[in-house]
Amino acid sequence: MILPMAKEVPAGAGSFRLPSADQCFVLGTVRSKVGQVPRVGSTLSRKDLRGHFLVRWNIGRDCFTVEPGLYALGDPTVDSPVLVTANYKLTFDLLRRTLLGRNVWILVLDTKGINVWCAAGKGTFGTEEMLDRIQASRLDEVVSHRQLIVPQLGAPGLAAFEIKKHAGFSVIYGPVMMEDLPEFLDNGYQASAKMRIKNFPFKERLVLIPVELMQGLQQGLPLIAFFMLLAGIVGDGPFVQAALTQGRPPSLAVVAGIAAGNVITPLLLPWIPGRAFSIKGAISGLVIFFIVFAASGIWAMDFSWPARLSWLLITLSIASWFGMAFTGASTFTSLNGVRKEMLRAMPAQFTGIVAGIILWIVSVWSG
Amino acid sequence: MSELCYFEDVVSLECDRDKCIGCGMCAVVCPHGVFTVEDKKALMIARNLCMECGACMQNCPVGAITVEAGEGCVRAIINELLGIDGPCC
Repeated sequence: MILPMAKEVPAGAGSFRLPSADQCFVLGTVRSKVGQVPRVGSTLSRKDLRGHFLVRWNIGRDCFTVEPGLYALGDPTVDSPVLVTANYKLTFDLLRRTLLGRNVWILVLDTKGINVWCAAGKGTFGTEEMLDRIQASRLDEVVSHRQLIVPQLGAPGLAAFEIKKHAGFSVIYGPVMMEDLPEFLDNGYQASAKMRIKNFPFKERLVLIPVELMQGLQQGLPLIAFFMLLAGIVGDGPFVQAALTQGRPPSLAVVAGIAAGNVITPLLLPWIPGRAFSIKGAISGLVIFFIVFAASGIWAMDFSWPARLSWLLITLSIASWFGMAFTGASTFTSLNGVRKEMLRAMPAQFTGIVAGIILWIVSVWSG
Repeated sequence: MSELCYFEDVVSLECDRDKCIGCGMCAVVCPHGVFTVEDKKALMIARNLCMECGACMQNCPVGAITVEAGEGCVRAIINELLGIDGPCC
């Protein structure tokens, strides 16, 4: 299917194809008019759950996918509902678990292993892909009705009226949250006003922490290595001893910054003052800095005031930077808002980290 | 807890009520309750809650809604500022 906004048509797009039954979560096949459709269940295996744990820690997140195409959950018939989702395996697994005891078709779009909302923003969970996948699955032969239940958060990538026009299927937007799906299905596809609103409760922010932490460490560890190395070279005494004693405070400042920006800011988001995430990050950074440096006993030690100021600048810049980066994971910040925030915050963050590093080097040199 | 709010008066969302046919799709797809339908026309009742996801614009059959939709993540904006077409989150 080629639409006006089409860039290029991938090879083989739209030609008939069912997903392989040779995937670890496929239980067997279901007969349909177009052939044997892979059947899945609602029970997650230990292997599935292990995969979920790992991707929550940012491990293997780039290749946690299921093959796109049509699947059967339970024993669906020509009258069963068709639910559309993304080919991120975490999404797919949670969907089939949510639909325990139901007989439905699941149409998995090729979103390159990205969740529905992010993929919709990128356009891979999109009109063209959906039209191709409907055609490739011969969905019009598999079911007798002409309705697709699509997650509401898929809407940024889709034009429902285009799907209707080109494929003849009506898109029915389901609830924002998967957990509301059973109620939505039982109520004749009616979503309450509450089901249409995306909130960002503590529980949802909490599950993001491991990925946030891993990404923070990825950027922070090289900086810690840099401080240790430089302290070893510039500081007094043997290399290892200087690296550990002189390098410890700025390294701790980096850790405090990551803790504030990637853990405290996300968790306490609504309660930290300020609208800008960079401000929220810096405020958390200030608090965490004094807690960490007092608790470690470093603040009570014999360090110069320029050295102390340099640690504070390092923590504040890093906390502010990572706090700001959390806008990307939040559910309510806008492109124009984030752009405005970044243009204001980045010069301050950059100045802060550079000034902190220079001040620290000078304090070690002269100390 | 009331709904979280980012900056005010910063989003690019616009709705042309003359073009609007009152189908209500914008009110259905918006995850922040920005739209309602009044007198058979879409009405923005919470514009500051808009996150510029673009769902309303995509699903408006008459093109009455415009918004600069895009990925509001740090990496994407840095790429944009540097003028490169790099990888995003």
